[in-house]
Amino acid sequence: MTARAKPWLPMLVSGAASALCYVTLFAHEREVMAAFTRTDGWYPALPVLSAFLFSFVHGAFTGYFWEVVGVVARRPARDVESQELEE
Amino acid sequence: MSAEAFIALELHSVVFLVIVGFIGGLVSGFIGSGGAFVLTPGMMSLGVPGVVAVASNLCHKFPKALVGAHKRHQYGQVDLKLGLWMAASASPGMWWGAGIQQDVRRLYGEAGSNLYVSLAFVIVLTIVGLFVLRDAVRVYRRGVSEQTSRLASWVQSVEIPGTMIRFRVAKLRVSVLFVLPLGFATGLLASTIAVGGFIGVPGMMYLLGASSLVASATELVIAFVIGLGGTLKFALGGLVDVRLAMLILLGSLFGVQLGAIGTTFVKPFMIKVVMATVMLIVALSRALVVPVHLEQLGVMSLERGTITLLERISFGFMVLALACGALIIVAAMLRSYRHA
Repeated sequence: MTARAKPWLPMLVSGAASALCYVTLFAHEREVMAAFTRTDGWYPALPVLSAFLFSFVHGAFTGYFWEVVGVVARRPARDVESQELEE
Repeated sequence: MSAEAFIALELHSVVFLVIVGFIGGLVSGFIGSGGAFVLTPGMMSLGVPGVVAVASNLCHKFPKALVGAHKRHQYGQVDLKLGLWMAASASPGMWWGAGIQQDVRRLYGEAGSNLYVSLAFVIVLTIVGLFVLRDAVRVYRRGVSEQTSRLASWVQSVEIPGTMIRFRVAKLRVSVLFVLPLGFATGLLASTIAVGGFIGVPGMMYLLGASSLVASATELVIAFVIGLGGTLKFALGGLVDVRLAMLILLGSLFGVQLGAIGTTFVKPFMIKVVMATVMLIVALSRALVVPVHLEQLGVMSLERGTITLLERISFGFMVLALACGALIIVAAMLRSYRHA
């Protein structure tokens, strides 16, 4: 089995995107809170959409992070169930 | 609620939310739920109003569950169909649970409502936690594989025409008439103690016969649906503090991925060990504040100092429950890593 190359570049790109999301959120904290707590129109959708955005961007970063650190799943997907049956 | 009513964030609050988010995410990624019982009171201790704490907690819960479910789906552990059927009945369960909460609050006030929640914690988590622990110890001592319980074997043998569904990943064929009440109970518990997984996961294991790996992974699908619905409900009232939610998410997405990876390292019964440990310590934590609620209801009297002490010890046990769960996961992963 050949060792896979570590995804340094995707980690750095997604990490930068994640940092940008957080910096934007806190740099414009007052405006964000004012808009995100409005109850009229489509404003209530903003917290939900933000949560999706952060989960995709920061989720990608954390996934690559653990891969770069070397913490990866031990068993391939289809082996999980079969191992459990064997155990 | 106006934007000015939300708390000003200080560095210690930020660090607290990120760390607790990470530990809660780690436990969630591993056993399918956890963290909410510490995060909500934790945020309240920072000065966040209770309803905002609940709303913000939910707003971090569904993206965390989404990422965790996606990760565990990659490992072939998520039965999406089972999760969606459970989630479909969990939503009415939540509404019914919220209605009960409102009735209790109307009849017995805030103290009565708190007593109801604490008793639900103690009774459900003690019974289910001891049952899960007994099973985990049995599997560990005998060195046997996870076996289908007698109840689950019976459930799987019941043929009700027109209601039978095959769940491919969970390797089950059961009547939906068993799945829907279980989902309902999960929603009911979620609306009462904020952690429906403490019924959902054991229910999928012992009532339906799913493995601990599939049950804990599938719970993340239910948590996503419940969390998304709850967030929308609170967002319509302008009650979500997106800053708090995203700070918790900052830590919890690291944790949930590590927890999900951890399930591929350890023997499946470790999921039961972690779940039972967390449930029993949380039950103890809530049992400690029952006298406080009884005092508030005028049933017994306690000194102010004793009340404060009991509340602090109770919160300490909550944190301990989460920390113990996280330590067992990390220790099991390290042990497995060294033996590889």
